[in-house]
Amino acid sequence: MINSLGINKKPQDTRVVVAMSGGVDSSVTAALLHEEGYDVVGVTLQLYDYGKAVERKGACCAGQDIYDAKTIAEEKGFPHYVLNYEDNFRESVVDDFVESYMNGQTPIPCVRCNQTVKFRDLLKVAHDLGADCMATGHYIQRLENVETGQAELHKAIDETKDQSYFLFATTQDQLDFLRFPLGGWKKDVTRQHAERLGLLNCDKPDSQDICFVPNGDYASVVKKIRPDAEKSGKIIHVDGREMGKHDGVIHYTIGQRKGLGIGGGNNDDNSPFYVVKVDPIANQVVVGPKEALARDIIKMTDCNWLMDIPEDGMDIEVKLRSVSKTAPAKLFGGANNSAEIHLHAAQYGIAPGQAVVCYHDTRVLGGGWIISSENSQMPLVA
Amino acid sequence: MKSIYLDYNATAPLRSEVLELVTQVMAQVGNASSVHGAGRCARKTVEIARAQVADLAGVKPDQVIFTSGATESLNTVLSAYRDKKVLISAIEHPAILDSAPQAATIPVTSDGVVDMTAYQALLISEKPDIVAVMLVNSETGVIQPIQEMAMLARNHQALFLCDAVQAAGRIDLNFNELGVDFMALSAHKISGPQGVGALITRDGVEAPKFMLGGGQEKNCRAGTYNTAGIAGMGLAAELAKKNLSTYDLVKKLRDYMEDYILQKTNKAVIYGQNAPRVGNTMNIGLTGIEAQTQMMALDLDNIAVSSGSACSSGSFKPSHVLTAMGADEQAAKSALRISIGYATTQSDIDTFLESYTKIIERIK
Repeated sequence: MINSLGINKKPQDTRVVVAMSGGVDSSVTAALLHEEGYDVVGVTLQLYDYGKAVERKGACCAGQDIYDAKTIAEEKGFPHYVLNYEDNFRESVVDDFVESYMNGQTPIPCVRCNQTVKFRDLLKVAHDLGADCMATGHYIQRLENVETGQAELHKAIDETKDQSYFLFATTQDQLDFLRFPLGGWKKDVTRQHAERLGLLNCDKPDSQDICFVPNGDYASVVKKIRPDAEKSGKIIHVDGREMGKHDGVIHYTIGQRKGLGIGGGNNDDNSPFYVVKVDPIANQVVVGPKEALARDIIKMTDCNWLMDIPEDGMDIEVKLRSVSKTAPAKLFGGANNSAEIHLHAAQYGIAPGQAVVCYHDTRVLGGGWIISSENSQMPLVA
Repeated sequence: MKSIYLDYNATAPLRSEVLELVTQVMAQVGNASSVHGAGRCARKTVEIARAQVADLAGVKPDQVIFTSGATESLNTVLSAYRDKKVLISAIEHPAILDSAPQAATIPVTSDGVVDMTAYQALLISEKPDIVAVMLVNSETGVIQPIQEMAMLARNHQALFLCDAVQAAGRIDLNFNELGVDFMALSAHKISGPQGVGALITRDGVEAPKFMLGGGQEKNCRAGTYNTAGIAGMGLAAELAKKNLSTYDLVKKLRDYMEDYILQKTNKAVIYGQNAPRVGNTMNIGLTGIEAQTQMMALDLDNIAVSSGSACSSGSFKPSHVLTAMGADEQAAKSALRISIGYATTQSDIDTFLESYTKIIERIK
């Protein structure tokens, strides 16, 4: 008998480690699987010093999420453990985040966290505990292809909750072991279950922003670790004019329009300025008109694919930001986990450090990290 | 599923006789400092316990001061040395480490024994006012050469504080033979109640005042007597001494457990194996799997063990004891402490070994 997690065992003989953040989604995941009779083991990761991160003296809310996860496990009656992953998290996520900004890039720490701390380190723990699989509360679907027998990654049914952009780096081996019970649901179904199951945190708001960055102020996190990050330099126009001064490249992201610190100055045609390049070596920020941002060729590195790329490339849809819609493109594989995307229509504000995630309809094919981009119609600026 | 408790060094299960006595005493009203009959009755209970604890340590009753536990006992002594020269070993309990942050540290050998050559050099270079070293390490069970160390300290005009918490009830304990000036004991490590301990002082040496606000314990330690706890500690001390010989059986179980694992895998290492150890403690590293994962796996099978000392296991850092012994961080993070005692049976050990074998097999 194949159980609801796709494993040929009785639920009570199936050990499933559930990664519990303390939020609604993962709490429902754990409580539901426990209700179904699975041998659920809840695990919550302590990723950073909560008190320090929110900079509140004796922060009484410190570790509230951990407390919530623990309480749910106690009430429902399944074991729960807190793993101190502060070191792993700093090494794999925070340091990379800071380095990325220092290199003039715009990182996505959530992908790194899924890729390393959760699906590498925690997954190993799940294996070591003799678990049959590991479940999370992510909104994404793992569907088994009946023809190939291969587990595939698909967008969530609820497009507004879809987290596939943040999970493109999931490898096939990881995917084989992972389960995402909420991927087939709309968020309100999850909330209804949370209420039915009496989960104390069912009214908790969804988490926003980057968990270790209080109030979205990423620059202060970078400065804390790299006090040299605020070296002032020049802001120049793509045509070479000097426009003003900046107080550290970390404050600038490609495509940024507001808060450039160069007054209300405009291009010759009165259109606003955009950041078109962040150059940490020359310590310069380059601004220009919107057209200077147009790119249709994207070079990617450290790619992860959940399928084989044909030699002559393949037609796909691509997502360059978590919030943007997919756009048609052609994907070409390269050596050493590199790849190239040719967009049918140019896009604006493509920032190195961000992810390119490739889809075929709802299926996530994989993706990679942007290292550079070009415009096939125009010679490169700056 | 029956739960199996193999974490005696964190806290040992209460002996039934002790539970009975504590409950009985707790039911009686009376403050041991009061002059009336109820007070005198409580006082008598305290004094009986004092004699029992004194007997365990081989001292006179008036050398025993009751405290809230070994942490308080150690804090009390070191509170008088905050601006003075203190010498401690690298493998002390946090109750020592944190009360003497200024202390110079004596290294230990890879077997987990204090490095005597380094100690002698430090006595000369540091000229300490006090030396604090534990008799038995809580994580490895390794016995330290306290008698020799205390003698050397005296030759250098330094007093000696000995944390004997993990030694009591496991090896013969004689304060005077050891030649120390202060000794800390804890009730719950000898199957007594939690929240009570003792500080033993050399005849004629006064304990520093730490708890203020009352004239109890001959003005040495303020605070209402924990009469029931103290009674429990007394009886636990008496039983610990009486049952010392049964520790041979405990040691047999421990050795069996170690031999079994070492035969099963070459990835295991036993810390302190070549040093003199108490018979109840096994500290075992297993390359390739973190101790916190091993602990979880065992806990899911209802087996209680610990990684490092319980006080530090909330945050998962490699044990300072093992790193002081030269274990690298990764190795130290893979070490479990299994500590057994009077109620441990062969069947407990077999169940543990079965569960532990599953862990070994997962890393193959």
